[in-house]
Amino acid sequence: MLKYIALKGLLAILVAFTASLAAFLLLNVASDPAQAIAGEDATPDVVETIRIRYGLDRPVYERYLSWLAGVATGDFGESYYWHKPVAELVADRADETLTLALSALFVTILIAVPLGALAGLNPNSWIDRAALGVAVSAQAIPNFWLGLIMIILFAVMIPIFPVSGDNTWYHFVLPAIVLGASSVPAVMRLTRTGLIEVMGADYIRTARAKGFRGNALLRRHALRNAILPVISVLAVQLGQKFGGSVITESIFAINGLGRLALESILGADIPTVQMLIFVFAIVFVAMNLLADILNAALDPRIRIG
Amino acid sequence: MSALLNISNLNVSIKLPHGTLSAVRDTTITLQKGRSLGIVGESGSGKSMTALSLMRLLPRSGDFTADAIEFDGTNLLSLDDRRFAETISGPGIGMIFQEPMTSLNPVYTIGRQMTEAAVWRGMMSAPAARTKAIALLDRVGIPDPEGRMSQYPHQMSGGQRQRVMIAMTLMLDPKLLIADEPTTALDVTVQAQILDLLDDLRRERDMGMILISHDLAVVAQRTDAVAVMYGGEMIEQGPAEAVLRLPAHPYTQSLLNAIPQISGAPGRLGAIPGLVPSIMQATNTCIFAPRCAHAHAACTAQRPPSRAQGGGHMCRCVLDTPPTIVTSVTPLRASAPQPDTEPVLSARDVTRVYTSRRGMFGPKRDIRALDDVSLDLRKGETLALIGESGSGKSTLARILLGLDHPTSGAVFMGGRPVAEVAVKDRAHFVQPVFQDPYSSLNPRRRLAEIIARPLELSGHGSAAENDALVRSTLELVRLPLRLLHAYPSQLSGGQRQRVAIARALVTKPQVLVCDEPTSALDVSIQAQILNLLDDLKAEMGLTCLFITHDMAVVHQIADRVVVMLKGQVVEEGAARQVLRQPNNDYTRRLVAAAPRFEAKTEEMEIVQ
Ligand SMILES: Nc1ncnc2c1ncn2[C@@H]1O[C@H](COP(=O)(O)OP(=O)(O)O)[C@@H](O)[C@H]1O
Ligand code: SF4
Ligand SMILES: [Mg+2]
Repeated sequence: MLKYIALKGLLAILVAFTASLAAFLLLNVASDPAQAIAGEDATPDVVETIRIRYGLDRPVYERYLSWLAGVATGDFGESYYWHKPVAELVADRADETLTLALSALFVTILIAVPLGALAGLNPNSWIDRAALGVAVSAQAIPNFWLGLIMIILFAVMIPIFPVSGDNTWYHFVLPAIVLGASSVPAVMRLTRTGLIEVMGADYIRTARAKGFRGNALLRRHALRNAILPVISVLAVQLGQKFGGSVITESIFAINGLGRLALESILGADIPTVQMLIFVFAIVFVAMNLLADILNAALDPRIRIG
Repeated sequence: MSALLNISNLNVSIKLPHGTLSAVRDTTITLQKGRSLGIVGESGSGKSMTALSLMRLLPRSGDFTADAIEFDGTNLLSLDDRRFAETISGPGIGMIFQEPMTSLNPVYTIGRQMTEAAVWRGMMSAPAARTKAIALLDRVGIPDPEGRMSQYPHQMSGGQRQRVMIAMTLMLDPKLLIADEPTTALDVTVQAQILDLLDDLRRERDMGMILISHDLAVVAQRTDAVAVMYGGEMIEQGPAEAVLRLPAHPYTQSLLNAIPQISGAPGRLGAIPGLVPSIMQATNTCIFAPRCAHAHAACTAQRPPSRAQGGGHMCRCVLDTPPTIVTSVTPLRASAPQPDTEPVLSARDVTRVYTSRRGMFGPKRDIRALDDVSLDLRKGETLALIGESGSGKSTLARILLGLDHPTSGAVFMGGRPVAEVAVKDRAHFVQPVFQDPYSSLNPRRRLAEIIARPLELSGHGSAAENDALVRSTLELVRLPLRLLHAYPSQLSGGQRQRVAIARALVTKPQVLVCDEPTSALDVSIQAQILNLLDDLKAEMGLTCLFITHDMAVVHQIADRVVVMLKGQVVEEGAARQVLRQPNNDYTRRLVAAAPRFEAKTEEMEIVQ
C-alpha cells in the first residue's frame, strides 16, 4: 500500500514537471517573449535590450535548467510586472483561490449528491427526469455566461450579493455557485448511476432479506458502496476548480491565482505564468493522487489486494 | 403436525417492454413445521420468482397476487411492507441465494455483516451477537472463525462465502430457510458438503426448509417433499419418494430420464424435444402439451386441474392413471474402442508455471498449474478429464489445443511434436468446444458464417466446398438446415452448443477437446448433447477429451478417466474401474458427491 502511494506520488511529480516543460516550451518557443514584453510596436532595439536584460538571449534548454534549479530551492524567479519574487506573489493570493475552490466544491456536493441520490433511487420517475434536466442545462451553459447572469440577477436586479470583490465570505457566494455548477453534471450522474447499480446488487437483496429497508438499507448497505466512486471524482473535480478559477475570478474580480494567471498571460509576465502552471499542475495531479488514495483507503478490495 | 407455510394460488407477473410475462401461475405450496420441500425445474420455470415473491423481493417490474399466504399462523397478505420487514424478513423467513460471490457486501467485514441485523433489531447486544456469530461460523465449518470476523468477503472462496451466508441467515433464527440454488455456482465436492450442512442444520434447529434447485437428483435426496415446476406452473407435488419413484406427470418422467446415472449400464438419455415456454398470456391448455408424448385432444381443451394422486401427491395432467413410461433403457450406440489403439494426441511430462504477483506490488510467485503431466488420447476413445476447479484441467486443454505452450515437456499430435505441425494443419487435427454456448458464439454472425469460420482460418477449399461442408456438419449435429441463416440469439442453449460442436467438427478434426460442454446447460439439454456425442462416436469414431466434474456424466460417456488434483494426475484408468474402485481419496469424494437414485432403473424400466 505504502509502495503504491509512493509510486503514484512519483508519477504525479513527473506529470507536473512534464506540464511545466510543455508550458515553458510554449511560452518561449512558440512566441518571442522579449517581443511580447516590449509590446507590439516596440523598436527592435528595445526588444533586444529586454532580451538581454531578462536573460532571454540564452538557449531555451539552459533557461529551463536554471528555472528548474531555482524551483529546487523554492526560487521561481521575479515577476516582470510586479517586480517581486513570484513565489511571494503566489503565496499572497493562494488563499482566495483556495476559498473559492473549496466553497465551489461544497456547492457541487450540496446540489449534485442529493439530486443524484434522489434520481438514482427513483429511476425514470419525474424526479429523475428533472435532475437530468438540471444536469443537461448546467452542462450547456458556459461558465462566464452563468457568471454574468448571476451578477445581473442577484447583484444588480435583486441586490442581495455584492457584484465583485473578495473581502467577506459574502463575496464568495455567487462565484462559488458559478464555479461549482460546472461540476454538478458529472458528480450528479455518477451518484445516480452508482446508486442504481448498487441498489440492484445482490448484496442489497441479501440485506433486504435480513429485514433492512428504506433509510436503514440505504445508510448501512448502499451509501458506502455508491459513494466510493463519487469521492474520488470529487477530488479530481477539486483539482479542476483551480483551473476554473481563471474565468470566475476575473468575472467577480477576486484577487486570486486565477486572476493573476490571466493578467500575467496578458502582460507576458513569463515567470509568473510559469509558476502558476506548475502550481496548477501540481494541484491537479495531487488531487488525482488523493482520489486514488481515498479509493484505496475506503475500498477493502484495493486496500488489501 | 401443523402447517408452517401455506401459499395458495400464487401468481407472479413481470412487466416487460413488449408485454406482461406470467412467470408463475396458480401455484400452491404447503410445508409442515420442521419439514423440507424441494422445488425443482429447469431454468426459467419460475422457482426463484416463487421464492422472491414470498420474501417480497421481486424486481421492480414484478408483482404478485395470491389467494392466501399463511406463515406460522400469520396471514402475510395482511402485513404492510414495514411490518413484513420487521417480523418476517430474517427472524421469520431467511433466504440464501445462488451467487455467493456477490451476495455479501464487499466493503464491510464478515463480522459486521453477520451481527448488524440482530443488533439493529434489538435482538441482542453487540458482544452477544459477536459471540453468537463466532459460534455459528464455527458450526458451519469456517476455520478460525474469530479471525474471519474481521476479514472481507473477497478474502474467501465461494464455498466459504456460502457458509458465511448460511451462518448469517441463522443469526436471526429463522423458522423457515429458503435456499435458492445454494450450490449451483460451487464445485461438486463443495456442493455436497454445503447441502449436507443445510440438512443437518435444519434437523438441529427444527427449521422448515425450501431447497430450490434445477437438479432433481440433488433435491430428492435431501427433502421430504418435492414440487416440480414447469413453465411457471407447479405440475407435480408430493412426497419425495413418490415423485421420484412413481412420477405421475409426463414432464417429471422425462426429466428423470434425462439425468445420467452413475450406476447400472449407461444408456441413451431421454432427451425432451422442444423448449421451455415463456407465457405472455393466459393459456387454457396443458402447458407441457407441445412437448408431451401423451398429448391428446383433452389436453388442449382446457387446462388440466391439479388432481390428487393419493398420499398428498398432486399432479396437473388429464391422465387418470400415470402414463406408462415410454422410454426404455436403450443402450448407447457407440461401443468401446479397441484397447491399445495408437495415441492421436499426447502430452509428455508437461509442466506449466505461471508467474503472478500477490497484489499490485507484492512479491512474485510461481504457480505450477501443471506439474509433470503425461497423458495419451487414443483413437476413437472418449477420455474424461476430471478434477475440481483450479486443478489445471483447462490449462492442459489449452496446451493440447496448441493455444498455450508448456514451460517444459512436449505435446505430440499424431506422433509429431506440435511445433512441427503448421498452425493451419492443427485446425484439421484438434478443435475445441467450450463451456458457455452463450458467450462462445459471435452474436453478430449467422450460423453459416460461425460454422465456416475454422475453414476460412485454415484457408482450405473453395466457397462451394466450404458451404457443402457446413451443411453436412449441420446435419451431423442434428440442426435443421433452415437455421443456417439464423443468429445465435435465436437459438436455445442446446442448439447453441450444437452449433459450437458443428464449428469444431467442420474441419473434420481427429480430436475434439470439450471443456465442460454441458455444465452450463439444463439437464434436458445436457441429455441432447450427450446423446449427440454418442451418435458422433458411433457414426464417425470421434476421439474426444471431455473435461467435466460430474461423475454421472463420466459414467455416461467416458471410456477412460484421468483425475487431476493440484496440477498433477492422481489417478488414471478405465472409467468403470475408476468409478467402481476409486483409489485416490479425491476421486472417492467425487464419486460420493455424485447424486444417485438407485432403485430407479428397475421400477421405471417398462419397455414400450
Ligand atoms: N428480472 C427479471 N425481469 C424479467 N423477467 C424475469 C426476471 N427474472 C426472471 N424473469 C423471468 O421469469 C420467469 C421465471 O424465472 P425464474 O423464477 O428466475 O426461474 P427459475 O428460478 O426457475 O430459473 C422466466 O421466464 C424468466 O425469464
Ligand atoms: S395433460 Fe396431456 S399434454 Fe399435459 S402432461 Fe398430461 S398427457 Fe401430457
Ligand atoms: Mg432461479
